[in-house]
Amino acid sequence: MHKLRASAYKEFLLLTRDPGGLAILFIMPLLLVITITVIQNATFKTLKQSKIPILLVDYDQGNVSASIRQNLAGSDQFEVVEEADETKAQELVGNGTYQLALVIPENLSRNLDLKVNRNVEGLLQKFGIEGENGPLSKSTPETKEVKLYFDPATQFSFRNSIKSGIDQMVSKIETQTIYRAFQKELTDDPSEEIFDTAPFIKFTEIIPGDTLEKNSIPNATQHNIPAWTLFAIFFIILPLSINMVKEKNLGTFVRLRTNPVSYVTVLGGKTVIFLSVALIQFALMLLVGVFLFPLIGLPRLEVEGRLPLLFLVAFFAGLAAVGLGLLLGTIAKSQEQSAPFGATFVVILAALGGVWVPVFAMPAFMQALSNLSPMNWGLNAFYNVFLRNVGITELFPDLALLFLFFLITTAISIIYNQRKNAV
Amino acid sequence: MIEINQLSKKYKGAESFSVHNLDLRIREKEVFGILGPNGAGKTTLISMLSSLLKPTKGSFSINGLNYREHTQQLKQIIGIVPQEYALYPTLTAYENLRYFGSMYGLKGAHLKSKIHDHLEVLGLGPFADKKIKTFSGGMKRRINLIAGILHAPKVLFLDEPTVGVDVQSKNAIIDYLKELNKKGTTILYTSHHLNEAEHFCTRIAIIDLGSIICKGKPSALIDEHVDARNLEDVFLAKTGKALRDYA
Repeated sequence: MHKLRASAYKEFLLLTRDPGGLAILFIMPLLLVITITVIQNATFKTLKQSKIPILLVDYDQGNVSASIRQNLAGSDQFEVVEEADETKAQELVGNGTYQLALVIPENLSRNLDLKVNRNVEGLLQKFGIEGENGPLSKSTPETKEVKLYFDPATQFSFRNSIKSGIDQMVSKIETQTIYRAFQKELTDDPSEEIFDTAPFIKFTEIIPGDTLEKNSIPNATQHNIPAWTLFAIFFIILPLSINMVKEKNLGTFVRLRTNPVSYVTVLGGKTVIFLSVALIQFALMLLVGVFLFPLIGLPRLEVEGRLPLLFLVAFFAGLAAVGLGLLLGTIAKSQEQSAPFGATFVVILAALGGVWVPVFAMPAFMQALSNLSPMNWGLNAFYNVFLRNVGITELFPDLALLFLFFLITTAISIIYNQRKNAV
Repeated sequence: MIEINQLSKKYKGAESFSVHNLDLRIREKEVFGILGPNGAGKTTLISMLSSLLKPTKGSFSINGLNYREHTQQLKQIIGIVPQEYALYPTLTAYENLRYFGSMYGLKGAHLKSKIHDHLEVLGLGPFADKKIKTFSGGMKRRINLIAGILHAPKVLFLDEPTVGVDVQSKNAIIDYLKELNKKGTTILYTSHHLNEAEHFCTRIAIIDLGSIICKGKPSALIDEHVDARNLEDVFLAKTGKALRDYA
């Protein structure tokens, strides 16, 4: 125990004697989480609040295009900019001046009216009601194509979101045209309401575990802090492995091998200190989320009633990260090996763990691989506490996996060291 | 007493043995010098005796403790002063020594007083709280030495303890080692400073290509060679004048 305490104290001194390194260790993760949350929050606002300029090329000049223009202008998403020429619009979108252009073809209103009237009258004739326009025309109106041009630099998710929004709008206009056609055929009084056109099916977003009255929808902060905190915690493998490689280069590790001290004790001292660093990092992240984010216009991190469980998850995630760092530091022979490998490996683990793309959105093979990423277990545990409001029992499987990961990586480090250096 | 029997070491991928079938008995309280040109196997021998390298074959024991069966006990009774400084540059002299002393189980006031005593004797008392990175080569060598002797080892291995230091530091180190030897510490020492070895060692062995080519008291070895005026002449007569470059 005395040797472990001395080892931990030495690690503490080594860390604190490098104030620049220490500052980087604490400040960079904070900058990371602030930057990512600001960007994601801004993206969220762009889609939901800020208006995206949309070029509208209207060759139709009819009631449908008027309705589309009105809907676009009335939505929170778009700001309509008129353009007379499709080629020019295509060029402006192609060079990134605008993110998208909507081209409404000629005679869209006329053809839609023709199609709807034909369908409505055909239906009424089946019920023995003669339409106002006499016998049905046999010719089918030509199908029209509304074109959407996208800036090639726009992301797939953005394009999908816009396409879905435009599609909904066009469907709504088509439905209203059908209602209007029925109204016209069935009554002479345009003010008479034959149909209740208000939407019948509504969606309400409810988070399981919340009540309808107190429905807390998770915000960008609740999603970002756990994901990027975990990312930062795992980045501890870099300074830890570099610390170990430095000891090899300085010759102090060789001296320690001649001392009557076990490798377990040496690793134990490092574990105590680097785990403490991970927990301090975590506490700082929470403080930033709770106190700084509201000051810079970001949603506040809600931690009430969750702190003990959050620190429990951070403790086990930190242990897993330290275990990985110990293994890398044991195997690596130089900083040129440990630093690039450590950094890249953390990014791979983060990608597999679902920090960028949710696991459910990954291909089946990657989903299977993701189950092997300690970051996936950690993220799941954090989301369980932050977003699903679970208790300690539900956290147990992920915490057990993180602890097992620490035990296995540390055991491999000890065995590797023993095989390499045993006499 | 150190007993070395048929000790050999062949590194992975190497064509020849670095240490080959080496037999040696070093008596208690002796100062024994291992001398040899570059690549002769001096550091390999010390590394095996310090539990840093696994011998390819052969065995050794120190004070009756076999290295295979009593590794931990053996580590407790030996002290190692490596060729590299092997210190933490950002820690102070005191912090370095307290850490390495703790690894031998020393603690509290006892450890503190030992550190200060050694620092004072080697002229480093005023620099106890200065960081190692601010020290000169000679100062680092002296701290390196203290780190290996804090726990009062019965046997001390020194791998070129005076390399790269000024005459004053060299004298301080050798005088201190002589004091330790007087108090009963057996010393096994490697060096390229043949004049230093001639006056410091009670016996020496010249090794080349992993094998002992001669051993005995320095004065006796000089006497054995008619043309030799000092140990350097004996060394050159035994190992030749060809350059020993290795890559």
